[in-house]
Amino acid sequence: MASTTHIADVLRRRNNRSFFERLAGGDEIAYSITLIAAVAILAIVALIVLELWTHSTPTVKTFGFGFLTSSAWDPNSGKFGALPFIYGTCLTSFLALLIAVPLGVAASVFLAEMAPPKLSDVLTFLIELLAAVPSVIYGLIGIFILVPAIRDYLVQPLKAVFGFLPIFQGDFYGLSFLSAGIVLSIMVVPFIISVSREVLLAVPTELREAALALGATKWEATWQIVLPAASTGIIGSAFLALARALGETMAVTMVVGNTPKITASLLSPGYSIAAVIANEFAEASGDLYVSSLIFLGLVLFGLTIVINALARILILTTTRRGMK
Amino acid sequence: MTLEISPRRRVINFVMLSLSGVCTVLVIAVLFFILGYLFVHGARSLNWNFFTKLPKPAGETGGGMANAIVGSGKVLLLATVVGVPVGFLAGVYLAEYSGKTFAFVIRYVVDLLNGVPSIVIGIVGYALVVRPMHHYSTLAGGIALGIMMIPIAVRTTEEFLRAVPNSMREGAMALGATKAQTVFTVVVPAAASGLMSGMMLNLARVAGETAPLLFTALGNMFWSKGWLAPIATLPVMIYNYAIAPDEDLHQQAWAAGFVLLLLILVVNVTARMIIARGPASSRR
Repeated sequence: MASTTHIADVLRRRNNRSFFERLAGGDEIAYSITLIAAVAILAIVALIVLELWTHSTPTVKTFGFGFLTSSAWDPNSGKFGALPFIYGTCLTSFLALLIAVPLGVAASVFLAEMAPPKLSDVLTFLIELLAAVPSVIYGLIGIFILVPAIRDYLVQPLKAVFGFLPIFQGDFYGLSFLSAGIVLSIMVVPFIISVSREVLLAVPTELREAALALGATKWEATWQIVLPAASTGIIGSAFLALARALGETMAVTMVVGNTPKITASLLSPGYSIAAVIANEFAEASGDLYVSSLIFLGLVLFGLTIVINALARILILTTTRRGMK
Repeated sequence: MTLEISPRRRVINFVMLSLSGVCTVLVIAVLFFILGYLFVHGARSLNWNFFTKLPKPAGETGGGMANAIVGSGKVLLLATVVGVPVGFLAGVYLAEYSGKTFAFVIRYVVDLLNGVPSIVIGIVGYALVVRPMHHYSTLAGGIALGIMMIPIAVRTTEEFLRAVPNSMREGAMALGATKAQTVFTVVVPAAASGLMSGMMLNLARVAGETAPLLFTALGNMFWSKGWLAPIATLPVMIYNYAIAPDEDLHQQAWAAGFVLLLLILVVNVTARMIIARGPASSRR
């Protein structure tokens, strides 16, 4: 009895310690330091937005938001327009998704629904390892292996079959929207596979069993039951891949051709937002030139944030629903 | 009673399932063919000069990347000093101290920072450090990469601290430890192996980053003295040499790609094995 009151007494004393006592004990210091670190991150992000915004004001003041819809890019005569870069960024990313989503989803179906768990884990580990390969390495591979391979083996058949389409017209010299799209697709496939696989694995087993019990084949159960149940999350994985493709710099810079041009032809060289910043920023002279590039950075920042947020919401809704 | 499945459905089932297997094999084959090529070609282009010599002036063959190897090390050291403490402490805050709403805000902002394209981080490094100081520097490159390390540092710290069972915290508190003592002498050491491998993965991720260094660290053909001069790094060298119209430089780019990728993959495999075997994951 006595000991219980003693413990209660100690606890009360500890909880009633003054602020300075706790400070001396190190508690408040430790708490404050971690809090400061957390707040510092908020400050850093705020600073990023602020820096991008203040440094892009000369461009905003000179061109207004017409900057975004103008396609003139001639630094020598002081003309700056963002459209060719926005077009190139969107086109290459779209191409990448067009190739990577079907392949990635099919592979994730195999890994989640068919492969034995051990094999699936090993393959997923290998695929996730590929996500660690830096983009400059993909660029290196793009320039020296993929671009020649595309030129020698892919473009001729494409032109022979689909040559009448405007997207496959004109000459092909190697560096092009098409090359950038293909390199990007290889880079984002690992992301699509690993996220889609997680989402598929979160679909309750009962759904599969019910479908199979009703006489569906494995494929029918997957196609008509599991995939629809996971569709939001899979779309989320595609958005995640899109955000990455949009912001991807080095690999695109190395294979896209770096020519500010808007054409329907995928075989022609182009440019992207990230690529133009990477190429021209260090040599840019004059306030307007630099601030135009920074404004392009701000546009890219905004684009990726919106897409990332969408992806996160989509993935969260499915994995949560699956866990219930 | 047996269920009748028509031959047509059987065939479709077989074809589609095989197709998904083929897609998996295709993806893995393409990726590994590419990496295999890099390893074979890169290893062949590698020689001792690569590690010991400075780059030769344009037009001369030979030379190496000794300064870029040291440069990458210096920039990464600086990045770790900048990024890891902030990320680690914020992760501790999220796992051990924070309330719900504020934690949600911080987590959201951390995710946001993680999604910022690397080239934009480069611009920020330029605007924050290079412009005020009027020259490119190791410091600017280190700060840019440090900012990139923060989000992953926060997330891994929070994740691994959360994996430490509550009974350990309660045990420490019951022995009379203060909250701070509990967190920093019991919980953090319990998660140490996970935290270390998380940081290794983090470092491996930024080690290959090129875009943030293009106009912060810039590059340098010689040894970079101190922390305020431009400095050569492996990823930027790979980029510059790959787009240069010179076969000898291309060979060196392959060699550098090989060395960089080998380091990154070795760190990744080691760290992931430590995490997979660690006590934190078995308890989950």
